[in-house]
Amino acid sequence: MVAWRKVKFGVVVFPGSNCDHDAQFSVTANLGERAEMLWHRDNAIPNDIDAVILPGGFSYGDYLRCGAIAKFSPIIDAVKSFAAKGGLVIGICNGFQILTECHLLPGALVRNANLRYICKPVALRVETTNTPFTNQAAKGQTLTFPIAHGEGRFTADDATLDELEAEDRVVFRYLDNPNGSLRDIAGICNKERNVLGLMPHPERATDPLMGSTDGLTVFRSIASAFATK
Amino acid sequence: MATITPDILTAHNVTADEYSKILSILGREPNLTELGIFSVMWSEHCSYKSSRVHLKKLPTRSKHVLLGPGENAGIIDIGDGLGVAFKIESHNHPSYIEPFQGAATGVGGILRDIFTMGARPIAVLDSLRFGPLDDPKTGARNRRIVEGVVSGISHYGNCFGVPTVGGECVFDKSYSGNPLVNVFALGVIEKEKIFLGQAHGVGNPVIYVGAKTGRDGIHGATMASDEFTEESKQKRPNVQMGDPFLEKLLLEACLEVMETGAVVGIQDMGAAGLTCSTCEMGSRAGTGIEIDLAKVPQRESGMTPYEIMLSESQERMLLVAIKGREQEVFDVFEKWGLDAAEIGIVTDTGMLVVKNHGEVVAHIPNRELADEAPLYTRPYTKPARKAPMEAPAFASADLKADLIRLLRSGDMCSKRWIYEQYDYMVRTNTLYGPGGDAAVVRVKGTDTAVAISLDGNGRYCSLDPREGAKLAVAEACRNISTVGAQPLAATNNLNFGNPQKPEIMAQLVEAIEGMADACLHFETPITGGNVSLYNETLGEGIHPTPVMGIVGVLKVGKPTPIEFQSEGKTVLLLGGFRDSTLTHFGGTQYANVIVGGPWGLPPALDMDYEKRVHGAIRKIVNSGLAESAHDLSDGGLAVALAEASFGGIGASITLPPADRPEIQLFHEAPSRVLISAENVPEIKAIADEFQVEVVELGSTQTGKLVIAGRIDASIEELREPWSTSLERMLHA
Repeated sequence: MVAWRKVKFGVVVFPGSNCDHDAQFSVTANLGERAEMLWHRDNAIPNDIDAVILPGGFSYGDYLRCGAIAKFSPIIDAVKSFAAKGGLVIGICNGFQILTECHLLPGALVRNANLRYICKPVALRVETTNTPFTNQAAKGQTLTFPIAHGEGRFTADDATLDELEAEDRVVFRYLDNPNGSLRDIAGICNKERNVLGLMPHPERATDPLMGSTDGLTVFRSIASAFATK
Repeated sequence: MATITPDILTAHNVTADEYSKILSILGREPNLTELGIFSVMWSEHCSYKSSRVHLKKLPTRSKHVLLGPGENAGIIDIGDGLGVAFKIESHNHPSYIEPFQGAATGVGGILRDIFTMGARPIAVLDSLRFGPLDDPKTGARNRRIVEGVVSGISHYGNCFGVPTVGGECVFDKSYSGNPLVNVFALGVIEKEKIFLGQAHGVGNPVIYVGAKTGRDGIHGATMASDEFTEESKQKRPNVQMGDPFLEKLLLEACLEVMETGAVVGIQDMGAAGLTCSTCEMGSRAGTGIEIDLAKVPQRESGMTPYEIMLSESQERMLLVAIKGREQEVFDVFEKWGLDAAEIGIVTDTGMLVVKNHGEVVAHIPNRELADEAPLYTRPYTKPARKAPMEAPAFASADLKADLIRLLRSGDMCSKRWIYEQYDYMVRTNTLYGPGGDAAVVRVKGTDTAVAISLDGNGRYCSLDPREGAKLAVAEACRNISTVGAQPLAATNNLNFGNPQKPEIMAQLVEAIEGMADACLHFETPITGGNVSLYNETLGEGIHPTPVMGIVGVLKVGKPTPIEFQSEGKTVLLLGGFRDSTLTHFGGTQYANVIVGGPWGLPPALDMDYEKRVHGAIRKIVNSGLAESAHDLSDGGLAVALAEASFGGIGASITLPPADRPEIQLFHEAPSRVLISAENVPEIKAIADEFQVEVVELGSTQTGKLVIAGRIDASIEELREPWSTSLERMLHA
């Protein structure tokens, strides 16, 4: 057995976040780790936070463009410095949109190809295990997480897409692309591999009563990244 | 002071009799602002003046009911020191005029009703009715209304962060000019922390919070109390605009401010806005309220007192705080970036005093305004009905083709296209989402889950409103029982036409009486609800459509699915075949879709038997004996068998000989549940214990549904038309 210490997640709360409690519940009640809520007006990430979760929701209403206003919030500056120092950041759904808006990740999330909001479980393929978010998965493994978004179609120019692939930074692909994302991309990481953005919701797949516990793989990977340090 | 002319009264929908009552209450002529205030409070929508006499017949109490009708929502006890607050409300008229905003603000309104009591909303369900999508004349408009309503609900509920976990969607030409959008919401509340809309404590400050007031929605409540005519499109400005993000902020701020202990009472501003919230809070507490409109946060300049008092701008609340603790309230709202303004105080005069820059613009006794609306005992005769009693001659040429046509029809096809646009999982409590018999949502921190079902059947009610209403209660309770829950209480949405027509009033009276009987019998008292009348366009009324929302509780666990799970299990029909005469077949989907009915009467209901079936299925499911359980409703046995097969495991069924196989397969007698199981003797023992029949129909098998001598189909042949039909019709 590896010496295990409790990992502490920081869950960012924007006024329009609505998956913040789900993220907190999944890493505490379902995973057994610790979590602290971080208010959007805070301008620093507490020292004892190991990984930051940008949860799903509608940050500031997102009437303009998802995440377009969130990138100006004080907490995002703090998240950027946290990431620059190597801290782990995972942006789920709206969190992914915010990460692209604030350029921690490349590309953009635009309206689904069918122009409608889509909520359903989808199957994903793990494309790389060389990240602190997938080190407990097997390459090529299928994981099922729900999606719930209106603007989840990942898009970027060809050069960026080629670069993501060349650098093994496509972390998840859809098996049956629900939203028209280019090259079936569901989740990507940054060059330094410590920032992950994905549209599907792993936190909604951490409880057998909800139909799947596949999402625990992502959070266990984060926990084990610290256990081996 | 403006003189009130007959034209002004007509424009306000105020009758001569009502006006003389206003004169006697005030002892003088009202000014225009006062008349506007009376007209919205005394509108059908706010005062229930045509229905109240009859609503009193409904049972409203039981040991589970913590709070019955009269407040913003009813509350029942679910144990662990918790309750659930729930209610259903209609937004029919706005959804016809402007489908997207009409439906969106319908969701917003009912959510505020729930969290204004201190409950955090955890589930929304919708009962929707539209005109046929393929009608050559109205189809294009009906399709636009469906798209607008569904995206409006999706927009509001998803952003707010409440899961839309189920509902129903029905099509009939009677709803072509008058769609029904009934939204149900439920929230969890600590029993010791229930907030009421009461303005207690003379001298306490009255605080306005949330969105600024604009000119939108003025006279929405009056509009909802009138029929539609060709000019209705001009009423578009009467429809409010929704801002779900602001509502989310309001939710968090309200729940947080309630924790401070500085709040005495709180009420949302829904229909009739500031008018309704001030006079109702004062009336309930027996106090007066004095406000100055100059202090109300306003979105537009130059608004008159009349406009401010009657605006139905969304996402606003009125609260009364403890004097001296105002700052605690302001701090919370500041944190969430919301307006909060002290606009007045509670007085001991019993009067609603409205000032504008210090000048009195309205001076009306609260109690008379809120509670003394005229009560009408409107004359009623026999319920209107158009359908004949006699059945036409018909015989099925091809039972399999009939089944496929039914599965493809608007009412029975898969509603996936709708529910996938709703976030039905947010908050991670959804144990059973859309597509089941009842939605099941767990209450975190307890081992209790809540089951919810919305049911109504306008076609049954058009044939017999009394029996139709009973059948709706029975079906909702059956759905709740089929997922293993005990039905505890109900909320109702009564959607009817113009009550001033005696044959329409008769529909309303009979439906309420039938509902009262059934709610008493199934021990589901009504804890609140909504009445929507004048659902008519150009003199053509909708089917009488009472919609029931029934709530039950069960232990948290993996729910029993409706689909067969594995091969070689015994398929059983709990409740037995139950017969149907040709007359009672006239209300079925088969009669409607295949034969071109309806005729005759709705299916016959034996409430004692039905209740025993509920007890039996609950026990079977909770003992873990059923691998699948699905209640029979629209389309009867054949449709239930098909739906149970859509997971890929079908069945081989043998039925006794029948003179009319189409009636045997498709009749809709209630009190029946389809089960698949291994342990047949134990199920039979439970059926015996409850004195209900149980019949072995056959066994499950992979890939095919075979009903010997009648239907032989691959599951894909049945599933494909069922699953793709709605999208095909919408994008025809």
